[in-house]
Amino acid sequence: MRREIPLLITGIVGVGFVIQYFIPHAPFSYMSDWFSDWFSIIGACAIVLGALNLMKISIQKVISRKKDWGYAAVIIASFLLIVIIGMVEGKDFRVPGTNFDWLYRYMYIPLSATMFAILAFFVASASYRAFRARNFEATLLLIAAFFVMMGRVPVGDIITGFMPEGWRLSNLASWVMNYPQAAGQRAIMIGIGLGIVSTSLRVILGIERSHIGGGE
Amino acid sequence: MPKIAANPDLKAGSAFFMYLFFLLLLPQVTGAQQNIIPDDTFFQGGRSGEVPAETYPLPAINIVVGDNPNDAGETINITWDRSPDDFTGGKVKEYRIFRAEVIDGQPGEYKEVGDIPAGKTVYSYQDGNTRDGVSYYYVVQAVNFLKINNELAWLAETLSEPAGPVKSAAQWFDWRRSNALIGVLLLSSFIIIFIRQARSGKELFIRKIAGLEAVDEAVGRATEMGKKIFYIPGLSDMDNMQTIASITILGRVAELAAQYETWLEVPVCRSMVMVTAKEVVKEAYSKVGRPDAFQEDQVHYLTDDQFGYAAGIDGMVVRERPATIFFMGTFYAESLILAETGNSIGAIQIAGTAMPSQLPFFVAACDYTLIGEELFTASAYLSKEPKLLGSIKGQDMGKAVMLVAIITGIIMETFGIWDFSSLFSVIE
Repeated sequence: MRREIPLLITGIVGVGFVIQYFIPHAPFSYMSDWFSDWFSIIGACAIVLGALNLMKISIQKVISRKKDWGYAAVIIASFLLIVIIGMVEGKDFRVPGTNFDWLYRYMYIPLSATMFAILAFFVASASYRAFRARNFEATLLLIAAFFVMMGRVPVGDIITGFMPEGWRLSNLASWVMNYPQAAGQRAIMIGIGLGIVSTSLRVILGIERSHIGGGE
Repeated sequence: MPKIAANPDLKAGSAFFMYLFFLLLLPQVTGAQQNIIPDDTFFQGGRSGEVPAETYPLPAINIVVGDNPNDAGETINITWDRSPDDFTGGKVKEYRIFRAEVIDGQPGEYKEVGDIPAGKTVYSYQDGNTRDGVSYYYVVQAVNFLKINNELAWLAETLSEPAGPVKSAAQWFDWRRSNALIGVLLLSSFIIIFIRQARSGKELFIRKIAGLEAVDEAVGRATEMGKKIFYIPGLSDMDNMQTIASITILGRVAELAAQYETWLEVPVCRSMVMVTAKEVVKEAYSKVGRPDAFQEDQVHYLTDDQFGYAAGIDGMVVRERPATIFFMGTFYAESLILAETGNSIGAIQIAGTAMPSQLPFFVAACDYTLIGEELFTASAYLSKEPKLLGSIKGQDMGKAVMLVAIITGIIMETFGIWDFSSLFSVIE
């Protein structure tokens, strides 16, 4: 019963969702909103589980002085700081000028931006590896990337300014993006779409059971 | 304390002046509304007097009303052809739509439900505020007006013939989505047919997927090196099919890790994924007869925040230097940050996502990448269960149908034979 009930619920809800896409009549027309609301409610409640789990593991790490316990101490301190300030400031905690807002603006946003900014350096190192002309395909990739990158910056059109309109590097870059790139991406998208339908069907029919913890 | 008596002369004088005030000023204050936009003259096509008679436009024609098809009800469509006076510089500035509920077989009071500026050939308006089963009549009013210094100087309206009665109703099938239904039924049939074939013992050929073949090797490598395996299930919650696919792969990886006695760590960014993943890993350990080896801390929550999650994993990767990292699920901008960090410590990395924009990053930074649909086939491929493999075969048949449709479409559209692509338009 531990497996059968979840499988039954999954099957009924899955079929209901497929039906609601084709039937605009009530109650099917409300199903999407109902389930979305319920998912949000359950998700909001479940976040407590996540937060408690994070605290439990961090506190254990600090108490038992495990390796790198200092990072766990930072997590605990940051967590308590933001929670206490948010609680003290009540429902207006997001109003500009509050301490919570200060933490958000001057600590959270810069930290997030820093992580995002690191991406620029990683793109450079990954591009270097990807664009090495080791074989025919990699060389094609390198050439295509060169033209696209040159076409995306003003210098590309300056260099090819003598050529007629439609033959400049920006046009070439657009052509590469709109035709070979879009065609390849659409092929992947079709595969993804079919894969999603197939996986959904396996889950709805109860053939796929790994997500509820095991096979037969 | 003496009371101050009112002066009778003063009282009479005040009343006289107040009477004069109302008599002279009030009509001027409210004049525009009273003389130019009279509610009571609604069906007379405006009022003469201050409005020049030649300003009245001819009415809108061919008013057609009907229930909006393929919807959940409560909507009526009104279409009409333009008034003969509706042209550039013509008398019609806008159209107003009025609706009346039918009471005792007759239209009741008309109320304005919307307006549309003039300047088109054919007009349509959707009244999305009706009650299903109630009959309504509609009229369209062609409106001409003059504004001086943003003030309305005059307004001339002409009504169309009433159209109706009409009722709104909810439908039991959205016919615009019949192509999607056919597609779903076709694909489902293929999948079910091949599952039946697989059940009956028929051998099904599935091509080798390098990324999945390498799962054993990746787990084995971590075992040999005595290091950890990290499994990152992506940013999405359990409502995303990629996460479900990822969790199914996690089950297989956890079985291998339990067999090889290698520490598997699953940092997650969604609480519900944590609960599900914990259950799946626990089950996998039990399945291979090692329930005691499972520890609750193996699957743990980090944060819901995208870059906070990326920073947390990066920190763990750099400090703990796992031998193997799996990235399976939905990833966004953090994909390259994670994969490059893993690459920098020399971990063997297997990624899988159905986010087309992140695939190049994983291809560049990981040893193996499951591209799109391969992520969804991984569970079946790894388990080798005939039923699951049958579904992959059915999926391939769907792909073959798509291929035929694409080639047919290219030929038909290129030679202008038929608008083939219209068959595949999907209404959101």
